[in-house]
Amino acid sequence: MTRKGAVESAMRTVLLCAGLASLLIVAMTGIFILREAMPAFREVGVWRLLSGSEWRPGQELYGLLPMIAGSGLVTLGAVCLGLPIALGCGIFLAETAPGWIRGVVKPSIELLAGIPSVVYGLFGLVVLVPAVRGFDYPGNAGFGLLSASIVLAVMILPTIASVSEVAIRSVPDEYRKGALALGSTRWEMIRTVVLPAARSGILSAVVLGLGRAVGETIAMIMVIGNSVMMPSAMGGPLPGIFLSRARTLTGNIAVEMSYATGLHSSALFATGVVLFVLIMLVNSAARALMARNAGGGRG
Amino acid sequence: MKPSRNGRVTARKAWQGCAFALFWLSGIAAMAVMLAVVGYVVVRGAPELSLSFFTTSPRGGLSGDGGIASTIVATAYLVVMTMAFAAPLGIGAGIYLVEYAGNSRNRIATTFLKLSRFGSETLAGVPSIIFGLFGYALFVTAMHFGFSLLSASLAGACLILPVVVRTAEEALKAVPEGYREASLSLGATRWETIRKVVLPSALPGLTTGIILGVGRILSETAVFYVTLGGSYRTPTSVLSSGRTMALHVYYLAMETRAFEKAMATGAVLVILIIIVNLAINAVSRRLSAGSRS
Repeated sequence: MTRKGAVESAMRTVLLCAGLASLLIVAMTGIFILREAMPAFREVGVWRLLSGSEWRPGQELYGLLPMIAGSGLVTLGAVCLGLPIALGCGIFLAETAPGWIRGVVKPSIELLAGIPSVVYGLFGLVVLVPAVRGFDYPGNAGFGLLSASIVLAVMILPTIASVSEVAIRSVPDEYRKGALALGSTRWEMIRTVVLPAARSGILSAVVLGLGRAVGETIAMIMVIGNSVMMPSAMGGPLPGIFLSRARTLTGNIAVEMSYATGLHSSALFATGVVLFVLIMLVNSAARALMARNAGGGRG
Repeated sequence: MKPSRNGRVTARKAWQGCAFALFWLSGIAAMAVMLAVVGYVVVRGAPELSLSFFTTSPRGGLSGDGGIASTIVATAYLVVMTMAFAAPLGIGAGIYLVEYAGNSRNRIATTFLKLSRFGSETLAGVPSIIFGLFGYALFVTAMHFGFSLLSASLAGACLILPVVVRTAEEALKAVPEGYREASLSLGATRWETIRKVVLPSALPGLTTGIILGVGRILSETAVFYVTLGGSYRTPTSVLSSGRTMALHVYYLAMETRAFEKAMATGAVLVILIIIVNLAINAVSRRLSAGSRS
């Protein structure tokens, strides 16, 4: 019996340690990156890091604005291209698809989610970049925000589609029956009852997609051109900005990490901190929306 | 009055037709995109695929010659090492959270539960390159592991830990409370109950978590780009540098511009991911079949 008791308490301790270790890793990730980023924050200053439009490590110029603009614009482009299709898929799978086609489309979307980002990058590099290069526009090299937005749109599609499908499915069936009994067509039922009821779930699906878009690295390096410059329309009309080369925050870290030293390296960690804060903002927005959804369901 | 009412009904039906047609179109578009990406990579990569592609190592240099043998070895080592770190830790944490902290009214235990839930939710949303940074700072430089399998697998373990913890928690929560109560009432201790009753019935769910983690490691590139070094040679120890298949695709495409070889390697990766997805579906189908009976 005492041996049993010893085993019991030993296992409890071992498992507690596993739990603590997981927690420790979270804390360490944050602390380590902050610690490494401190010199850059001290010497360059938070404001000059965020608002500086020049990134020239050779001249000690560390401005992240071009990369923030690059990440922001490519995410915007991806959402504009991907969101309608992703939401359409979500509604299709939850409400209108016949069983057999659902059985084909759903695994396709799961596979889209599983394809490695480097394969998307390769596809973009070999297929999309030459296609985009076909547009006759000054300074257009194919590499740039448009190619990157298309690649990213495909990458966020499965996230948004499957999370919004779940949100739509969780709307109680009574709502649907009620709407149909009042004489709605099925489309009117979806538009006026189901979608409003699933609104916050759908919103958090979109926010999760945004998070994935901001965090993508390898596929972006491969198609966006990686030039450190403020994206601009190069003298043409404003939409021409999407033909501009750019660099994302994630790409900035990955491209320069292997040879950076000293303040330069610290500035890359600061890039990581900026990225981390951005993602946390996006994620806490998602969590707040989901909490509101749960609260609404109870009320 | 009647015709106009019919007219309104027809208009409403027409709107419905339009909307539903758009939904169909989105569904088909998603499928078409999947087929286009997978089809293109597989079709363009297929001519390069041969037995020697799998059995020879990359020649190195800028030619892009050779196969992928050493990258298969490196990928296998990395998957095994990463899971060796992440699986016991993640499943252990999951067991503690569900079986001990979850049942406890102790204030410390519940705080711990909340903190660790917050932690794993936070980690799940963090972009992988941040884990790359972390792994580079801690394992590659501070701990002097250099660019190596060891650094990469530790960084990879941090990346997939939240996935493993969360799937383990879900799998354990799905075990009916009655099983535990029956076992405890027969005089078994908590650990005996976990080992002999809870874990066996949670096994399919735990397996799903492991397979998900393996899929994540197979397709991850950013973390290993900054921790694994990218040597094309076959790794000989845990401190060897190396490149995974995904990393090999990147180097072939970006540095040697050997697109055909990159496509072939990409095709192998995609096929592996399809197998992983099928495995997950098979396991979860067995899971739902088991819970029904």
